Amino acid sequence: MAIIISKDKKADGLLNSVEEISGIDVRSCLQCKKCTNGCAVVNLVKVPPSEIIRRLQLNDDDVLSSDLVWMCASCETCFARCPMKINMAAVMDALRVIAVRKNLSKQKGNVPLFNKSFLKTVKMFGRTYDLGMIAAYKIGTSSYFQDTDKFPMMLKKGKIALFPSFKADKKYTKRIFKGLSS
Amino acid sequence: MKYAYYPGCSAESTARDQYMSVKEVAKVLDIELIEPKGWTCCGSTPAHHTNKLLSVSLPAANLLMAQKMGLDMVVFCAACYNRMKVANHEIQTNPKIRKEVSAALCEDYDGSVNVRHFVEVLVKEVGIKKLQETFTHSLDGLKVVNYYGCLLVRPNEVTNFDNPENPTIMDSLITIMGGESIDWPHKVECCGGGFALSRTDIVVELSNSILGMAKSSGAQCMAVACPMCQVNLDLRQNDINKIKGKDYNLPIVYISQLVGLCLGISPEKLGMDKCVVSPKPIIEKVKVF
Repeated sequence: MAIIISKDKKADGLLNSVEEISGIDVRSCLQCKKCTNGCAVVNLVKVPPSEIIRRLQLNDDDVLSSDLVWMCASCETCFARCPMKINMAAVMDALRVIAVRKNLSKQKGNVPLFNKSFLKTVKMFGRTYDLGMIAAYKIGTSSYFQDTDKFPMMLKKGKIALFPSFKADKKYTKRIFKGLSS
Repeated sequence: MKYAYYPGCSAESTARDQYMSVKEVAKVLDIELIEPKGWTCCGSTPAHHTNKLLSVSLPAANLLMAQKMGLDMVVFCAACYNRMKVANHEIQTNPKIRKEVSAALCEDYDGSVNVRHFVEVLVKEVGIKKLQETFTHSLDGLKVVNYYGCLLVRPNEVTNFDNPENPTIMDSLITIMGGESIDWPHKVECCGGGFALSRTDIVVELSNSILGMAKSSGAQCMAVACPMCQVNLDLRQNDINKIKGKDYNLPIVYISQLVGLCLGISPEKLGMDKCVVSPKPIIEKVKVF
């Protein structure tokens, strides 16, 4: 596949940032494409993992907006099969962190909002609170009716809790969040 | 046999059935499971998407609780299991992370608490022989596909659970329960995992492929060991049928529920009424050895 990278893009050290955040050396990639061949979502994305790595090596900032960044399911098949032991899942995590920082994460499903809603309940209650998380995410994505048909059945079966858990040591979790944000 | 037991947040919501079945099975097999007081969320996928240090600190906080109890940590949720194994690995191999995590926890943690999946405890600690002696009921040739998913087996260097491409530990359990464990190619494919809410389209695609392969392999039910896989394949199955024009009707049960049935525990106590696709064909098949 031909990769076209426009000349006016300045290399601003994306490769370095990714390697620093992930602790992974992506320069050793041989482009054998085992990662791409095993990728769970390869048929659904425009940019496969092996291309992400190659573009990264060329310091192409456009990888931050690649669909795979927010469609990668972190199944780690790529890492398991890489002959050079490149932890692609960790590279994808680093790309997500940078994409959010640079506000380049507006993609279908708004996964960053889901992450935020999830972690917010963890910070508040020490454990996840599904209903609170779902409400925050639905309001943010205006997806009010998605899956609402399932709620009555889930409530009846006790598969979703009405109230958050109060058994967690939430002070501990709060301290961890606070310690990391400072 | 005594362990610290980490149920994981889903045990209080979508995976209450998993929680019930693990507790019941442990009781019959004399495995003492003690929950660390005040256990907190492992951070799951949102944490490692967001901040590496957070994704290590949250599980480490719980592992530290287990260390203080002087016990190994037993986990059923594959996601929690994976995050804890990764946390231990990071702390053991990266002194900088260990230092930063210790600062976040206000206490040093050395990454040394053993993390075991409940299935590992059954097969490797209780042992096949004792299980065989204790089983009162048989699956009577029930055709089962075992679905391991991603997080138990990958990365193999870290989880060291089983063969990462062709794990067999769950198959060995099904066999001694008198079930027919089917060899199939989707044991370690991905169901869409954490996209259950944000990218249901991806879950539909991936889970459809798994359900389709299970059906064409002749499965009468699927055994899982991860609450996220269970939700994607069971709760989402009706949507998949509608979108993909299928009629799978394949019960998706926790392997702990099947073990429970063979120990003579009632389906109600194992939370089997919580399955969305009715597990009645399985329950009817089970008979006294």
